[in-house]
Amino acid sequence: MRLFRAHVLVCAGTNCSLKSNKAVQDRLVREVERRGLADEIKVVETGCFGLCEQGPTVVVYPEGVLYCRVTPDDVPELVEEHLLKGRRLDRLLYREEVPAAGAAVSAGPKAFQTVPEMNFFRGQVRIVLRNCGIIDPESIEEYIANGGYEALGKAITAMTPAAVVEEVKASGLRGRGGAGFPAGLKWEFAAKAKGDTKYIVCNADEGEPGTFKDRLILEGDPHAIIEGMALAAYAIGATQGYVYIRGEYGLSIDRLQKAINRAKEMKLLGRGIFGSKFDFDIEIRTGAGAYICGEETALFESLEGGRGEPRLKPPYPTDSGLFGKPTAINNVETLASVAQIIANGAKWYRGFGTERSPGTKVFTLTGDIVNEGLIEVPMGITLREIIFGIGGGVPNGRSFKMAQSGGTSGGCLPAALLDVPMDYDELAKAGAALGSGALLIMDDTHCIVDIARVFARFFMHESCGKCVPCREGTFRLHEFVENATKGKATPQDLQTVHALARTMALASLCPLGQAAPVPLLSTLQYFRDEYDQHINEKRCPTGTCRGLATPAKALSAAGKGA
Amino acid sequence: MVKTLEDLAKIKDKAKATLSARSAEQSTKVVIGMGTCGIAAGAREVMAAILDELGKRNLAAVTVAQTGCVGLCDKEPLVEIIRSGKPKVMYGRINAERARRIVAQDIVNDQIIGEWVVGTKA
Ligand SMILES: Cc1cc2nc3c(=O)[nH]c(=O)nc-3n(C[C@H](O)[C@H](O)[C@H](O)COP(=O)(O)O)c2cc1C
Repeated sequence: MRLFRAHVLVCAGTNCSLKSNKAVQDRLVREVERRGLADEIKVVETGCFGLCEQGPTVVVYPEGVLYCRVTPDDVPELVEEHLLKGRRLDRLLYREEVPAAGAAVSAGPKAFQTVPEMNFFRGQVRIVLRNCGIIDPESIEEYIANGGYEALGKAITAMTPAAVVEEVKASGLRGRGGAGFPAGLKWEFAAKAKGDTKYIVCNADEGEPGTFKDRLILEGDPHAIIEGMALAAYAIGATQGYVYIRGEYGLSIDRLQKAINRAKEMKLLGRGIFGSKFDFDIEIRTGAGAYICGEETALFESLEGGRGEPRLKPPYPTDSGLFGKPTAINNVETLASVAQIIANGAKWYRGFGTERSPGTKVFTLTGDIVNEGLIEVPMGITLREIIFGIGGGVPNGRSFKMAQSGGTSGGCLPAALLDVPMDYDELAKAGAALGSGALLIMDDTHCIVDIARVFARFFMHESCGKCVPCREGTFRLHEFVENATKGKATPQDLQTVHALARTMALASLCPLGQAAPVPLLSTLQYFRDEYDQHINEKRCPTGTCRGLATPAKALSAAGKGA
Repeated sequence: MVKTLEDLAKIKDKAKATLSARSAEQSTKVVIGMGTCGIAAGAREVMAAILDELGKRNLAAVTVAQTGCVGLCDKEPLVEIIRSGKPKVMYGRINAERARRIVAQDIVNDQIIGEWVVGTKA
C-alpha cells in the first residue's frame, strides 16, 4: 500500500470544469512533481464539492483546508506555501460573512480555514452527497472503502426481496424527482405486479431549469446509483435496468459508464451477484433534452425509440411501464439514498427530516445568493436557514425578494414565507413545491411580472402539444404575462387567467400542463400589487419592463438608469 | 472480483487507507520539521521513510504532516509524535533508518526511544 501525507482534492464537477479546473489539476500535478513531492502528495480528481460559486475548489487533506477560485497561476504558490512549507495560503481561503455575536450586522468576512468550520457545511447533513467531493468517482475501490456495495451484499445474502421493500417503506423515503411518491410503495406495486420481465429505470433526465443535483450526484458518486438500482431490482424482481440521462450530461454519462464497466468486472453487476441467483445489468440511454422526456411515461416512449409524449394514466408504470412491462422508475437522488437506508436501517433514516418527509434533500442554490451550489440538508429546515445560513445570504447589499422552489413548475415564495419548513406537505400548503430541489433566489432588482413571463415562455416552448389544454393554455398564459410587461393587459384578463389555470390543472394530460400555471398563480398570490402596478398604472417598479414608467429611484438603484 | 461479503471486506480494508487520509479523525500524528534547516539535514528522506514504513504496515490511521522550523535547527531532522491524551514526543537528528524504527517502536509498540528524544510536552 502506498501512503501519502497529503491528498489534494480538485473538484471536477461540471460547474468547476467550466472554470478551468482541469488546467488547475494539470498544473498541480506538474508542480508537485517539479518540487519532488510526488511520493508524498496525491492529487485526486473528485466530484462536486458543492461550492460551485467559489470554484474551482481545491481541498487539502488531512487538514481539510479549502481553497477557492483557484487559477492555474495560483498553483505554484499554493504548492510552495502549503505543500512544501506547510503554511496556509491565506489569500485563497474561503471567506464567510459572520454576524458578530449578538448583533445582526456582519463583523466582516472571516477567512475559514477548514471544511468542518464553515457555515456552508455545518448546516448540512450529507447522506446522498456523502462521497461527493471526497472520493475519486472513477475508483470503485474508494467507493467500497466508504462502505459501498455492503448494502447490496447484505440485501442479497441476508434479506428477502420483500424485506428490502419493507425497509424502504418503513424509512418513509419519498421520490425526489418531484412528486414525492413513497418509493417503498412504488416498489411494492412493481414487486406484486404480474409478469416475468420487470424493469427498473433511473430518471436522470433532469430537465428542470436551475436543477443540477442529479448531474453532480452521478458525476460525484456513480456507484451509489448502481447500488441503488441493483437494490431496487432485487426488491421488485427485475434483471434489467436503464438509466435515462440527458445527452448534454457528457461527464455523467462517461463516469457512469466507467462505473458500470468496473462493477461488471468486479461481478457486482451481471450474473449471480454475490454468489446468488440474482442477475442484474444496467444500460445507459441518452435523451435529447426535451423537458417532457423527464415525465415518466414520455420517458418510456423516448426510451423505446418513440416520440417523447406522455401516455394516459392508468395503467401506471408499475403495471405497464417500459415496453409494457411492470416498471419502477425513480429519480437519481431517490436511488442514491437507498443503499444508505438498507445499510443503516429505516429507523436511522427517520432520524433525519420530518415525520411525513423523512431524510435529507439535495438542493441546488442559484440566483442572487452568495454560495451558489449544491447542498444537502434535513427535510423541514426553513428557507431562511438555507438562504441566510448555508447560502450566505443575498449578495451586493440587496434584499431578498423571492425564492422559487422546485424549479419552473414550483411556486414563488415571498419574504413573509421565509420560515416555512421545507418539506413536501408544508410547501404544498404554501402553494409551492419541493419539486426537484431547485432554489432560485432573486433580489429586489427583479420584476416579478417579467420573471413570470420567462417561466410562461418555458412552458409554452416545452409543451409537447399532445393535449389541447396544455398546448393552447401555455400559449395563452404566456400571451397574458407578455402583455402585462408591455402595459397591455387588462383587469379582465386576470379573471380569464384564473379560469384558464383551473382548466389546465383539471384537463391536461400530464403534470406539465397541470403545473404550468403554478408559477404565475403563486406570483399573483404573493405579489399582486406588482401585477396591479403593471396592469392598472402601466408602471414597472423595478424598471425591468422597458416601455413602462419607472420611478427614477428604482432605476438608479438597479443600475439600469442612464 | 467480488463473490462474497468477505471479498468485499478485503477490498474495503485495502482501500480504506486511501480514504482515511481524507478525514480529520486521526489518532496519531507524525509531524516532520521541513524548514530549510530540516530539509538540508535530510528531512525529505525521513518523510519518505516514514510514509513507506507506515504503508508497509498498513497504518493508514496515522497522519503525516510537516511543519516549518521550530528553532532547533541544530537538532534537525525533527520528528514529533502526537497522540491524543498523551504528551507529545519530539525526536531529533533522525535519519531514514531511525525514522523506520520510530514507526516500529514508538508508533506501533508505544515505546518511546529515550536516547533520541529532545523534548516532551504535555
Ligand atoms: C414535465 C415533467 C418533467 C419531469 N422531469 C423529471 C426529471 O427530469 N427527473 C425526474 O426524476 N423526474 C421528473 N419528473 C417526474 C417523473 O414523472 C417521475 O415522477 C419520477 O421520475 C419518479 O421518480 P421518484 O418517485 O423517485 O421521484 C417529471 C415530471 C413531469 C411532469
